Amino acid sequence: MFRLIFGVLLGVFATSAAIAQDLQSILQTHQEEVTKPGRRSVGVVLDDLVASGLPEAAPFLEKWQDKEVYLRDTDGLFFYLSDDETEIVDITSGVAVGPADDLTQIKPNGGVRRSIGTALVQFQLSDPDINRRRGAIEAIARDMQASQLEPLMASIDGETDPNLKAVKERLVGMMRASFGETAEDRVAAIEGMAGDLSVDVRAVLNQILATKRHVATELPEDQNIAAVLQPGADLPMEDAYDILVATELAQPRTTQDQIKAALTANIIEGRVGGRAIASLDTYEARATAYRALAADGTVAPLVGDDQVQAVLAEHVIFEVYVEKDVTITDAALVSLEALQTRIALNQSADLFLDGLSLASIYFLAAIGLAITFGVMGVINMAHGEFIMMGAYTGFVVQQFIPNYTVSIIVALPLAFLITFGAGVLMERTVIRRLYHRPLETLLATFGISIVLQQLAKNIFGTQARPLTSPEWLDGALVFNDIVAISYIRIAIFVLALIFLCLILFILKRTRLGLEVRAVTQNPRMAASMGINPDQINMMTFGLGSGIAGIAGVAIGLYAKVTSEMGADYIVQSFMTVVVGGVGNVWGTLAGAGMIGGLQKVIEWLNPSNTLAAQTYMILFIILFIQFRPKGIVALKGRAAGD
Amino acid sequence: MERTFVARNPSVLWFLLGLAGFTVLITILSEATGSGVISTSFVKTLGKTLMLCLVAIAMDVVWGYCGILSLGHFAFFGIGGYAVGMWLMYARTKEIVVDNLANAVIPATEAEINNAIGIQIFGVVGSSEFPAIWVFSDSLFLQLLAVVLVPGLLALVFGWLAFRSRVTGVYLSILTQAMTLALALYLFQNDSGLRGNNGLSGLQNIPGLGHLSQAQISIGFFWASALALGGGYPLFAWVLDGKMGSVIKAIRDDEARVRFLGYHVESYKLFVFTLTAMVAGIAGALYYPQAGIINPAEIAPIASIYLAVWVAIGGRGRLYGAVLGAVFVSLASSWFTGGGAPDINLGFYVIRWTDWWLVLLGLSFVAVTLFFPGGIGSLFDKLARRTS
Repeated sequence: MFRLIFGVLLGVFATSAAIAQDLQSILQTHQEEVTKPGRRSVGVVLDDLVASGLPEAAPFLEKWQDKEVYLRDTDGLFFYLSDDETEIVDITSGVAVGPADDLTQIKPNGGVRRSIGTALVQFQLSDPDINRRRGAIEAIARDMQASQLEPLMASIDGETDPNLKAVKERLVGMMRASFGETAEDRVAAIEGMAGDLSVDVRAVLNQILATKRHVATELPEDQNIAAVLQPGADLPMEDAYDILVATELAQPRTTQDQIKAALTANIIEGRVGGRAIASLDTYEARATAYRALAADGTVAPLVGDDQVQAVLAEHVIFEVYVEKDVTITDAALVSLEALQTRIALNQSADLFLDGLSLASIYFLAAIGLAITFGVMGVINMAHGEFIMMGAYTGFVVQQFIPNYTVSIIVALPLAFLITFGAGVLMERTVIRRLYHRPLETLLATFGISIVLQQLAKNIFGTQARPLTSPEWLDGALVFNDIVAISYIRIAIFVLALIFLCLILFILKRTRLGLEVRAVTQNPRMAASMGINPDQINMMTFGLGSGIAGIAGVAIGLYAKVTSEMGADYIVQSFMTVVVGGVGNVWGTLAGAGMIGGLQKVIEWLNPSNTLAAQTYMILFIILFIQFRPKGIVALKGRAAGD
Repeated sequence: MERTFVARNPSVLWFLLGLAGFTVLITILSEATGSGVISTSFVKTLGKTLMLCLVAIAMDVVWGYCGILSLGHFAFFGIGGYAVGMWLMYARTKEIVVDNLANAVIPATEAEINNAIGIQIFGVVGSSEFPAIWVFSDSLFLQLLAVVLVPGLLALVFGWLAFRSRVTGVYLSILTQAMTLALALYLFQNDSGLRGNNGLSGLQNIPGLGHLSQAQISIGFFWASALALGGGYPLFAWVLDGKMGSVIKAIRDDEARVRFLGYHVESYKLFVFTLTAMVAGIAGALYYPQAGIINPAEIAPIASIYLAVWVAIGGRGRLYGAVLGAVFVSLASSWFTGGGAPDINLGFYVIRWTDWWLVLLGLSFVAVTLFFPGGIGSLFDKLARRTS
């Protein structure tokens, strides 16, 4: 039926000759079908409407679909209602022609509305409004049907928008692969899809390659066989036998429960099948007793492993392509294989991007720690809580500044200032008193971390607080269906890059950096040269803490802000510092790159289990320390200290 | 004249006397064997506290005496708990399953029983297969051996790797923390074979002792705990006594110098690390049957850090300091968080100790580290010095 429509429609496009007949009269000839449409009967009406080529047909179909067409009971003519529903409107001219009296609303059912929708798509494909055309194409792509191929092809020539034209051509390619007229046509279409990485292309190819399992005593010659399955190797014995049972080629296996039930039912004076009940505590004994019963004819014969093996040996299980033509499935296989390589390449690229973004997060989280550890030899267990403070600063700022862009711009320096202050305060009150007692420092800073965490819990509650990113950071940069990266992660990457440059600049090009490096290498000598190590320590600790605050804002943008968020990053940060090597920015960068990349690779190898990924990574790091105890970039010579 | 061990370590005698007196007192006051002034749950709390004391002593030896700040000793404690918990859970479930199947007309096969136990235990993680790790779970003896051997072996391998490559100081602390984190994360998985984050439960029911009440079992465990602590304290005092103890303390004070004197520092450290890990395993094995449940959250890094907090507050480098710290902090913690402490009304704000206890603990911890490195135990030292 639909073929007919398209034939006619093509004719319409080809000759532009419309049959001179107006909408109302077409509808009148099918009044019965329009008023009470059924899924089958409506086809005639749709055929005629499409054939008419009338410009009013499309709006009519829309109204019909939306139940906005009315029948005047007095003369059987069709009308729309005006906006205020007081007057009737002529379906051709759109002019109000009288009061809304004696009307019956026409309510097509769901099936009919779908049929109308399909017919509408053909109009919409050539609609002057580009959004309608796009909508129609999306509708076709969602649910491809052979009937839509020809109108779609016909609409390509008239398409004015180059992007949409490309989309249409691509869609036609996919549809030709599935619904093409001849095998050559389909093979050509399939070969044309080899370079396309999108998911829907793969879906089309996989659909062409869909298989069904069959069982026979001998392999048939005349079918397009995909594979022969060996029971035990390609599929488990049990499953193979289940297939035979499902196709009624074999008796179901006698289950242990059935044996047990049969034995229980046939107990006579404490014995069954010639054995005492008490001896039936192994499967073998039960099977023997059951066989004895079966020999008497009391129960059905036992179907056990022997029978299963024998029956399986007599049959061959194989998979057959639903598609009968070998050339087409072969072409699809070749195309799919070519795709797999490209997909693998693109997945590696995607993995690389993921690893890079994770590495930049770890870098931001760890660089502050690395600086303080490198300069002062002090592990700051409260570093994670400084990250948390930064994130909460962002949250509080957003409560006062509703504009997200402005609030982030305000929050970044504010977070730096607050955590810088907290760091300096902590250095002055606690760390300074514990110099040369690194283990005590570790514990004291841990005490502070408990306090800060609990304070945050008391102030902000235990539920996660949102830190909303500005709108221009929503969404993702999409290269193709496989490679994509969200803008937030790009922003974090850029932020990490900025900080890398900034810290390198401070350390290598400023007076402060010079003094910091001097104190790192030899505090006493630096002091003799007139550098005040106390002040340098205070400044570095503040700087390290301040960077943690900024990292907190960045992390808060994509993760939830909770009082425990710092704890999630602290161990990874330590690992980054330890693996990278202490007292060197490049070391931290290498450590972050290694840990971020490694974590993503392990996650990729075992995607269902991110917990396991972390476990393996920590084990790897413990082993790594064996071979490079000082980290990737180890300080050499006197600077190394010992 | 060579003084006797007790004369050199007077605290051992005092400690054992105190522990014995305490045990007798609790026995007299408990529900099962005495007047019933003390509830069964409190007896369990006290028994658990004794085991926390034992693991704190182990921590004190490894940190306070040998200078290795291990932030992973609670992992060994947890492994001990898991090892004994596996037997408890398996044997207890088997009892129930066999009981249930006893009424069946046809006797159950081995496979049927195992399957039923598997479903009972692993149903929560969507499995009924016994993971390989449970292979010895039907043998109490082997699982008890595992209580000591698994933590010991883990500590031996980890310590050997770490000490061999001269990982010291904060590096080592972070590594041990990473170890316990890795273990906790691994156990959190559902397919780890130990029921994921459900952990092992129902450990308070002792298989074969179904006829005894919880009150009787609790006093039994209390005695066992007192015995373990009463054995552990002199053991460590003995290890730290004499020449070996001097070397261990010397390693804490200046590792390089001890090495230059010709001692094989790594062996001493490895010995202390492994021994304390084994004792921690024993403590865990006695702790968790009294707690009734063990799950991976127990061995999260924070637990090991609290262990260090107890020892620091109690006073490092004194065995009784560790005991004091563990008792004081864990009892204070349950008093403050259990609603025992009265709220303080400041007029504009009410301080609820459930919210503010951790702040207090953290601050006092910082204060102890800064101003009283000797902790509570140093008060005893002053007392002892004044009397002598």
